[in-house]
Amino acid sequence: MEAGFNRQTRDNSVSDLAIVEATPRAPDLDRGKVLGRMALFDFFFHNLTRAAAILVLLILGGVILSLVYGSAPAIKAFGLGFLTTESWNPVTEKFGAVAPIYGTLVTSAIAMLIAVPLGLGIAIFLTELCPHALRRPIGVAIELLAGIPSIIYGIWGLFVLAPFLQQYVQPALISLTGDIPVLSSLFAGPPYGIGVLTAGFILAIMVLPFITSISRDVFETVPPVLKEAASGVGCTTWEVMRYVVIPYTRVGVIGGVMLGLGRALGETMAVTFVIGNAHKVSSSLLAPGTTISATIANEFTEAVGDLYTSALIELGLILFVITFFVLAAARFMLMRIEQKSGA
Amino acid sequence: MSLYSSRRRTNAIATTLCWTGTIFGLSWLVLILGALIYEGARGLSPAVFTEMTPPPGSTGGLLNAIAGSLVMTVIGVLLGTPLGMLAGTYMAEYGRYSKLTMIVRFINDILLSAPSIVVGLFVYTVVVARVGHFSGIAGALALAVLVVPVVVRTTEDMLLLVPSPLREAAAALGLPRSHMLMRVAYRAAKSGIVTGVLLAIARVSGETAPLLFTSLNNQFWSTDLNAPVSSLPVVIFQFALSPYKDWQQLAWTGALLVTVAVLLLSITARALSSQGKHK
Amino acid sequence: MTAMPVVEAAIPTKVSVRDLDFYYGQSRALKSISLPLYTHKVTAFIGPSGCGKSTLLRILNRMYDLYPRQRAEGEVLLDGENILDPGIDLNLLRSRVGMVFQKPTPFPMSIYDNIAFGIRLYEKLSRSELDGRVEAALRGAALWDEVRDKLNSSGLGLSGGQQQRLCIARTVAIQPEVILFDEPCSALDPISTAKIEELIDELSERYTIAIVTHNMQQAARVSDFTAFMYLGDLVEFGETNNLFTAPHNKKTQDYITGRFG
Repeated sequence: MEAGFNRQTRDNSVSDLAIVEATPRAPDLDRGKVLGRMALFDFFFHNLTRAAAILVLLILGGVILSLVYGSAPAIKAFGLGFLTTESWNPVTEKFGAVAPIYGTLVTSAIAMLIAVPLGLGIAIFLTELCPHALRRPIGVAIELLAGIPSIIYGIWGLFVLAPFLQQYVQPALISLTGDIPVLSSLFAGPPYGIGVLTAGFILAIMVLPFITSISRDVFETVPPVLKEAASGVGCTTWEVMRYVVIPYTRVGVIGGVMLGLGRALGETMAVTFVIGNAHKVSSSLLAPGTTISATIANEFTEAVGDLYTSALIELGLILFVITFFVLAAARFMLMRIEQKSGA
Repeated sequence: MSLYSSRRRTNAIATTLCWTGTIFGLSWLVLILGALIYEGARGLSPAVFTEMTPPPGSTGGLLNAIAGSLVMTVIGVLLGTPLGMLAGTYMAEYGRYSKLTMIVRFINDILLSAPSIVVGLFVYTVVVARVGHFSGIAGALALAVLVVPVVVRTTEDMLLLVPSPLREAAAALGLPRSHMLMRVAYRAAKSGIVTGVLLAIARVSGETAPLLFTSLNNQFWSTDLNAPVSSLPVVIFQFALSPYKDWQQLAWTGALLVTVAVLLLSITARALSSQGKHK
Repeated sequence: MTAMPVVEAAIPTKVSVRDLDFYYGQSRALKSISLPLYTHKVTAFIGPSGCGKSTLLRILNRMYDLYPRQRAEGEVLLDGENILDPGIDLNLLRSRVGMVFQKPTPFPMSIYDNIAFGIRLYEKLSRSELDGRVEAALRGAALWDEVRDKLNSSGLGLSGGQQQRLCIARTVAIQPEVILFDEPCSALDPISTAKIEELIDELSERYTIAIVTHNMQQAARVSDFTAFMYLGDLVEFGETNNLFTAPHNKKTQDYITGRFG
């Protein structure tokens, strides 16, 4: 059994081993002491990390509790009527949330209408059509843009987009749709530049990189073999997307879109600049309006009186509840696609 | 044959739409950055970095706003990072299979994309309303709440990426988990965690909404964290909405500064993480 | 199970496994295993994949404790002490029973620190004493000559075979009594494999060794005793020479002649 070994090396190594042996082995008693100290530290560290995890939980709990606590006076004063009243009058202290909720939903809807098809298109472009040399640069650029603070989109919307829309786009929209029954009321009134449509548009530009990069990540979870198999039976690029990639990733894409929606719903700065801050529900998309977050941002520091402040906090609570459910659904769906790709 | 050609046509249409969509979408982003650079660079001068924010109608700089932003961001990150790292460590290591971890992970993901203005309201009710006045500390706390979820997420992800044989090898030497973490896992996950912290800083440095009613604003130089403190995003917000040309110009310049800072941070983070992958 | 032949009763037993069952959740992965590991001998666990050989090895230092829903029943006596006892100090146990893994697992630090790290944990040594111990460990793992000039460079920069020997040196440095090898050569080329096998043979003069391998020739080359396992059962245990030349059990015979597995 030892015949194969080189005698020379072996002798050398044995003498090396003797060095190891020459230093006396640390007695187990000492080791036990050292290990005891380490175990104590481990116990401490274990509990420290667990306390941190619980604290993270408490912070979210704290957010909810503080909002409920802060909005208690308003809830007591207005009850469910808060959700169905349109008037928002700081002087008479009559507050209703209809206008901001309406504005939040409508601007987000406009944003999603524009950003979802565009974002998916760009994601398809990036995964299937884009020349390889451009794939990484464009992908990186989009990810970087997703990280740009929303206030930048807001200031651009105010100084560049709104005047442009006011001068060129909105007059055209008004005259084009003037005779069409439903559209004419959607695009009625003078072209202010700022308003619900502009806010929706800015939101769309803001969530676009976000939806794009998530969809691309989700598309990339499709095993290449599947796509190759589809191409193998003669599918065109579009058919591979339509019949293989999109069905395979549907849940994940919806999750990504919901995540984008969660952002759009809660976005403050991009909207506040261009929404016009008018507490009324108008059928025209060109009219100024407000959203929950814009109302809070604009009025909170100037709010006098506990009821006013409390009504604003209740708005925050409503926003939080809406986004919580949207985000929870989004996470749930993204979790499913992760499990699928992991399996 | 006609079926085939209609399929081809559909494909051509869909492909063209994707191309145009991409060009359309990207051009908006290019327009925004273009306008930002054009408008912002016009106002760049040494005065921006050496003078305080001016009263209406006169010229000045952004020094107090820049300083305020830096101070609050640093404190926010210093508070949020250890908490986030510890919680992330629990989730990836000690409590990897526990129920608590599943709940915290879910909650953390929600916090990660929760509207930041709500965080501002939270800190307002808990701190500002109690103390009775706006303060830099309240602003820093709000930022810390935003830092935590980012750091939790990356710490957990990065520790989960540490191969389990490495973990087993450390355990095989008789190391308790805490030593394995300190000596082995954190080292292996270092670049990833640093990336996460950088991304958290990038996210926080442009945040406006949570600062509006926590740190408020301050027209003067102030190092007193117990008093309102100025910050770049809030100054941008107020100046942009003002009717004064000088203020609007400063808002553009401030926006450019914030964007450059955020982009630099994200690019550094990216370079670090791809370097980590190559190892 | 076939009756085990009594072998060289004079050799002292270091580890004694008795009626050991192991469960992954509900599924039973080991079925009442009993076998000895003799002091300063090499014992090989062989068998087709999924037979439980790695599972058995990972019980000997309770590595399975890192994972949920895994449990062992029965007794594993190390010098007469049952290591499955819930009160046992796991870290102390693992410092006595070292382990080398399938893939090399150098820590993300310098070559020197990879070794010194473990020593520093247990003993307070002066710099020169520590240097001596590191050198001895590296010599012991036949790695010294290859790395003596780059002790401060990263352990990750070494070749696969060198990394594996670094891991052996790291294990040896904290002076365990038993060393477990979990398919230590499966990721290595033939030359590195030969070096590791040679090393295992040398180490057996100081340590009690258990090795899991899917390579029967390797088992025949390095081990004194061999345990053949199949589907969670210990089919046959005996002196390596006997087991490979005159297996008692039909299944063992089929396996070592290459009829299945």
